[in-house]
Amino acid sequence: MQTVIERNEDTLLVYLSGELDHHNAAHSRMQIDDAIACMQPKKAILDFSGITFMDSSGIGLVMGRYKLLNTMQCPLELCGLSPHVYKVMRLAGLEQIAVLQKAGRKPELAEPKKEAEDETH
Amino acid sequence: MKPINEMKMQIQSLSMNEGYARVAVAAFAASLDPTLEELSDIKTAVSEAVTNCIVHGYRDSFGMIYIAVRIFENGRIEIKIRDKGRGIENIEKAREPLFTTLGGDRAGLGFSVMESFTDKMRVRSTLGKGTTVTLIKEIKGKKNADEG
Repeated sequence: MQTVIERNEDTLLVYLSGELDHHNAAHSRMQIDDAIACMQPKKAILDFSGITFMDSSGIGLVMGRYKLLNTMQCPLELCGLSPHVYKVMRLAGLEQIAVLQKAGRKPELAEPKKEAEDETH
Repeated sequence: MKPINEMKMQIQSLSMNEGYARVAVAAFAASLDPTLEELSDIKTAVSEAVTNCIVHGYRDSFGMIYIAVRIFENGRIEIKIRDKGRGIENIEKAREPLFTTLGGDRAGLGFSVMESFTDKMRVRSTLGKGTTVTLIKEIKGKKNADEG
């Protein structure tokens, strides 16, 4: 499994690929948490387009990151969800904590930094 | 009913074997001509069961995980996954969604996933002796999926 992390302005982009199971999740989790701590993002996107298999370890990975991001009021978006990945996530009710985008839809980046008065929107 | 085909394997309780176990069972199930979704369901359920053996059954130890698969004429596949680990104290509780004895990043959804991705799940466990999870799935296959 591979975890590629990118930064675009205030958005943290994580591209996951390969098989996301208990064995592979630990390493990916550390990489993502390091990046979150380092960058303090305004928005985080986990891209599952490259995931070929996922079990409940993927749910754990998402819930754990959500808890961490929530402490900094950073919204989480999950995109590139194959029917299988979507099915597993829905089972866990992840749509209640994150925006779920099925495969084929491009995620939106965080709004670029604006003046303070605009932040009320 | 007698099975038309059978397979047994055993693996060491190492997390690197999780991928091997689910792929091996899925490959064996391929003779039933399952749809991609059915195959993913089997892989996922097996992955959960094997992970449970490793992180719960053999939490503080190592041991073997025994997997036995039987295929029946009507398209039924029965997968037994057994460990000789610590056993489950309260199966009812363990099967509840979100219940976990581990914390951390374990979602506590292993049994929920197994239950919803198969047609039937049985759990038998004896404290100090081990746990056997039986997963049963009726494979409708590509043929029926196309027609339906």
